[in-house]
Amino acid sequence: MREKILTYIERNSRVDLKDLAILLGTDEATIANEIAQMEKEGVICGYHTLIDWDKTSSEKVTALIEVKVTPQRGQGFDKIAERIYNYPEVDCVYLISGGFDFMVMIEGKTMRDVAQFVSDKLSPQESVLSTATHFILKKYKDHGSVMVHPTKDERMMITP
Amino acid sequence: MRNPLSDTIVNIKPSGIRKFFDLVSEMEDAISLGVGEPDFDTPWHIRDEGIYSLEKGRTFYTSNSGLKELKEEISRYLQRRIHVEYDPADEVIVTVGGSEGIDLAMRAMLNPGEEVLIPQPSYVSYEPCAVLAGGKPVIIELKAENEFRLTAEELQEAITDKTKLLVLPFPNNPTGAIMEKEDLEAIAKVIIEHDIFVLSDEIYSELSYKGDHVSIVSLPGMRERTVLINGFSKSYAMTGWRLGYACGSKEIIEQMLKIHQFAIMCAPTTSQYAAVEALRNGDEDVAKMREAYNQRRRYLVHAFKEMQLDCFEPYGAFYVFPCIKEFGMTSEEFANRFLEEEKVAVVPGTAFGDCGEGFLRISYAYSLEDLKVALEKLQNFVSRLRSGRR
Repeated sequence: MREKILTYIERNSRVDLKDLAILLGTDEATIANEIAQMEKEGVICGYHTLIDWDKTSSEKVTALIEVKVTPQRGQGFDKIAERIYNYPEVDCVYLISGGFDFMVMIEGKTMRDVAQFVSDKLSPQESVLSTATHFILKKYKDHGSVMVHPTKDERMMITP
Repeated sequence: MRNPLSDTIVNIKPSGIRKFFDLVSEMEDAISLGVGEPDFDTPWHIRDEGIYSLEKGRTFYTSNSGLKELKEEISRYLQRRIHVEYDPADEVIVTVGGSEGIDLAMRAMLNPGEEVLIPQPSYVSYEPCAVLAGGKPVIIELKAENEFRLTAEELQEAITDKTKLLVLPFPNNPTGAIMEKEDLEAIAKVIIEHDIFVLSDEIYSELSYKGDHVSIVSLPGMRERTVLINGFSKSYAMTGWRLGYACGSKEIIEQMLKIHQFAIMCAPTTSQYAAVEALRNGDEDVAKMREAYNQRRRYLVHAFKEMQLDCFEPYGAFYVFPCIKEFGMTSEEFANRFLEEEKVAVVPGTAFGDCGEGFLRISYAYSLEDLKVALEKLQNFVSRLRSGRR
């Protein structure tokens, strides 16, 4: 049941609990309990809204920053990650396999904002060896939703 | 000038759905619950294989019975899903949709005047195909109280010494009915006893919501007297690719292949390459779509219950078949008024046989959001009818 709930709300967290119970063939109380439990356990970490900021008048830039670091003795990567994710402008921090260590996503008002964050806050950190900043030019798909052209039902209205 | 037409074809009445289709198409902002095809796009990896085959220049005919790899995959798939073996070399034929398979099987098996038992309500093409093949359609009217399953008694009663073939359309369009193992066992006994054959149209086999679909060919003694029809349209959301297949004994398939060879040549090559990918790597897509349909199915059945619309719980395909007899209208009147007053299109049950009178086919091949809007309109319509009656 948990997996079914999660699969559903991962794509639509606004679903009515009553509806979700019908869809999954159970009762509302079961769903409410499971969700509350999963919130408590930290399985469900938040309910966010997917926004295409490009379609608004707000100016925003998003960048992906590859960060190479030297892990610290006894603390590994976690302590360094914490120093990075504590900045409110940082959106995501992932530990990554491959040619670098962290992938940091950051949102700023302008490219300058982002550049400043990298040069003033990220690069000077002791354990950071190098960074490479990539600005996002266009979002095609995010969280499973295609953000470019909307799809239209092209089926005939009636078919046998 | 002489009459250029064949009496046989002139006497076949056009699909009952057509009149309604014209009506709906004229209406600009109608919403529809009348579609008989998936709302999903064909999964991308399948489309991509189709595109790749075009890029590679695979634009030639395939062998008449279909690509060897595809027939092998079909054979493997059937073994995996219904545990029956078919030899890809001479017991499988790839057709232009399941519908071609229906036509081929009837033409290959019927002699003039031989009777074909067609349970209704069911898909619109069995009856005309039987007529075109020179057979005589005999309708078995399925009943709501049996959840539109075919019972051994109904079958027994319809059989005469002219009966040759039984069409078995389950999971069913338009009712959503399924036949479970016990149901099939009961009719298999009668079939074997009377030495008749079966055309089992299992195009909706993957859309079965009460355990795995059971095919009649998996019962003892049934494989050799059954032509199994299936395809890619419903399970992989591939309606426009026009690809299906038929499996049966070598003896029957060989004759079907003759007709196919002369009338069609071979099924579309691009579609066949895409279908290979579907069977190799598409099980997960099918499971996902089935789960989505199942959720909406529960939602619709629940909504009808709330509306107090009489409706049995369907366990197959993507249709619900509620009864509207309480309103004292024919299915067509109901559908027409519902369209006029609320701008929602549903298909009258009579499009699928006279015994569909008093029922509507409502498709849930739509997003939950669309279904909700339509259901609200149905609720309004139904309440209005009920309050008008009081």
